[in-house]
Amino acid sequence: MLKRGFFLTFFFLTVLIVQPTFVHCGVEQSESKVFRTGKLKPVDSRTHLKIGDKAPDFTLPSIGGEKVSLRQYKGAKNVVLSFIPAAWTAVCSDQWPGYNIAKEMFDQNDAILLGITVDNLPTLFAWTKEFGEMWFPVLSDFWPHGKVAGLYGVLRSEGTTERAIFVINKEGIIRYIDVHNINEMPRLEVLIEELEKLQN
Amino acid sequence: MRKTYVIILLAILVGSYARLDYVLAVTEPPAEGGKLPEIILPVPENSEEKKYLGLDEDGSFKISQIKAEIVVIEIFSMYCPHCQKEAPVVNELYEAIQKRSDLKDKIKIIGIGGGNTAFEIKLFKNRYKIPFTLFPDADFTIHRLLGEVRTPYFVVVQMNRDRSHQVIYSRLGGFGDPDTFLQFILENSSLRKEDS
Repeated sequence: MLKRGFFLTFFFLTVLIVQPTFVHCGVEQSESKVFRTGKLKPVDSRTHLKIGDKAPDFTLPSIGGEKVSLRQYKGAKNVVLSFIPAAWTAVCSDQWPGYNIAKEMFDQNDAILLGITVDNLPTLFAWTKEFGEMWFPVLSDFWPHGKVAGLYGVLRSEGTTERAIFVINKEGIIRYIDVHNINEMPRLEVLIEELEKLQN
Repeated sequence: MRKTYVIILLAILVGSYARLDYVLAVTEPPAEGGKLPEIILPVPENSEEKKYLGLDEDGSFKISQIKAEIVVIEIFSMYCPHCQKEAPVVNELYEAIQKRSDLKDKIKIIGIGGGNTAFEIKLFKNRYKIPFTLFPDADFTIHRLLGEVRTPYFVVVQMNRDRSHQVIYSRLGGFGDPDTFLQFILENSSLRKEDS
């Protein structure tokens, strides 16, 4: 009886564990270039930053060739930092293409978007070419590996970053933090609402 | 001991009820020659869109209630770069149908945004100037009914006079040249029989 009990428990747990993750991943690209990571630990770090803190400055190389610093936007633009875990993975391969057609909404809120991953520049270059022309700078936090992600407290233990969004106002102060479940897409309207709050 | 296992099992079953229900609700994509699952959508608030679909009442409607002989359904996501590239091509198909006075009342197009909210749908519609109705499916309810297809995915359904219907096209990816695709629809549906 005891064995049977173990078997039934194991069976039902298996049913639960092996169920597909599509409820989180959602609709994905039709091409097979996207690497399937499977369901990951939702959040694997704890940021020390909080709303009201001064955003740590950084300088990173971009796929456009120029170096981009946070400080260059001070007094001029609200800044959205979008950390995504890795190129060529699900969710990430949709998140930035979504932002890429929302330029007008960022413009209306006097905001620039900076996309950051820990991938190297050639990888980021090849991956983003799949999306067409990108309107926002795509930055590589490859070397020293994940230094900026570390500054923002969103570097995961396996060396990728969280799926995290930081909204920084023109004074360089963090106004919104969303360290999102890595398996899910953050809602665009939530981000736009946060940008609209900066305008009031 | 036995009691403990029964309790554990019951707890797991109760706790997972919603998830099991979800797993069981997942189906295969619509098969060509087969039927479409019952999809219920909200009647558009926009009067032009409501008129295009031939819907008289408010509330919700089934796809079989669309006033058309053929309904083309695009499953897409605002975030999907392939759907973004396909959007102007689908618009071309719409225009090609609208230009044909013998077809414009018989073939209708709708889009369903898997995982997309109304806000995201609006952005996609405005960005690509999409003239037909797009429906949000934020919680993946319809996407699940359609077998969790990747995007873009197109389903073409023929509506019969006896209110039955048949799927005549169900495939992943862009449909290619709009005129060729329109020709395919004509040759593989009741519209061809009407022509002859």
